[in-house]
Amino acid sequence: MKFGVVVFPGSNCDDDMIHVLGSVLGAEVEKLWHKDTQFEGYTPEDCIVLPGGFSYGDYLRAGAIARYSPIMQAVISFANQGGKVIGICNGFQILCESGLLPGALVRNEHHKFISKNVCLRVETTDSLVTSGYQKGQIIKMPIAHAEGRYVTNEGGLAVLQKNDQVLFRYSTPEGALFSENGSTDNIAGICNKERNVFGMMPHPERASEAILGNTDGLALFQSLYKGELQAT
Amino acid sequence: MKFKAEINVMPLKELLDPQGKTVARNMDHVGISGIEDVRIGKRIEIALDAPDEKAAEALVDQACKKFLANMIMESYSFEIKSA
Repeated sequence: MKFGVVVFPGSNCDDDMIHVLGSVLGAEVEKLWHKDTQFEGYTPEDCIVLPGGFSYGDYLRAGAIARYSPIMQAVISFANQGGKVIGICNGFQILCESGLLPGALVRNEHHKFISKNVCLRVETTDSLVTSGYQKGQIIKMPIAHAEGRYVTNEGGLAVLQKNDQVLFRYSTPEGALFSENGSTDNIAGICNKERNVFGMMPHPERASEAILGNTDGLALFQSLYKGELQAT
Repeated sequence: MKFKAEINVMPLKELLDPQGKTVARNMDHVGISGIEDVRIGKRIEIALDAPDEKAAEALVDQACKKFLANMIMESYSFEIKSA
């Protein structure tokens, strides 16, 4: 299994992501360029990563312009064929704008850019990115965003809940739900109904090495890499 | 024919607009009272070429739906004028 990390103009977490996937995880990983109209040699076993950053300067809306970049048309067909796609932070915003994930990410409730470590409660283990955790486990990851308040259209929330699509919710260290950004239902990360597209605002790639003081994000990449779901 | 489209993109009424709320709350500091609510959106001006006004309207509507507004968080309205 290999990873392709898409670089948009304004991506700034691409190298961190490549370091974690390549050097920490030991996976095969390459950069993909936003202007490319296709990527060769990928099967649905492989994974496309949309990293964090400020693609196109967040002009118009975060992710709105990147969503129409040439490579995203290939990413959308890859996802529709069952290929794995994960978007972190700006990558999550791009996935929502593209319609691969439901909902949208709007300005934080208090109109502030929030950059801090937050606690997340693992809401389901039935996904390739959360199967390495325990349900209800509290983990810590940094967030760094101004547009991270998750919203859905009418009925959207019920669909997410019904299909067990909420991966992470913001919480206190004790596990009580609480979000800094005002997200609907404290949602921090979701997957699509088919469970091959994942999006989250927190940064697991900044929490995957002991030298950085936090390895809570590593289990996410490990289970994704192994392609293993928990035995039920 | 040349047209000009004046587009307003606004955050949906049912969504909290933190920018508008902050501006509203600070009107008192400016010495302006009586402001009950502020909502802040975007105004976009587009110059375009289309066979007639109806075609121009269809084109701008498509641009709004596909790109300029995100219907999950925003609504839009526009006016077409001859340029």
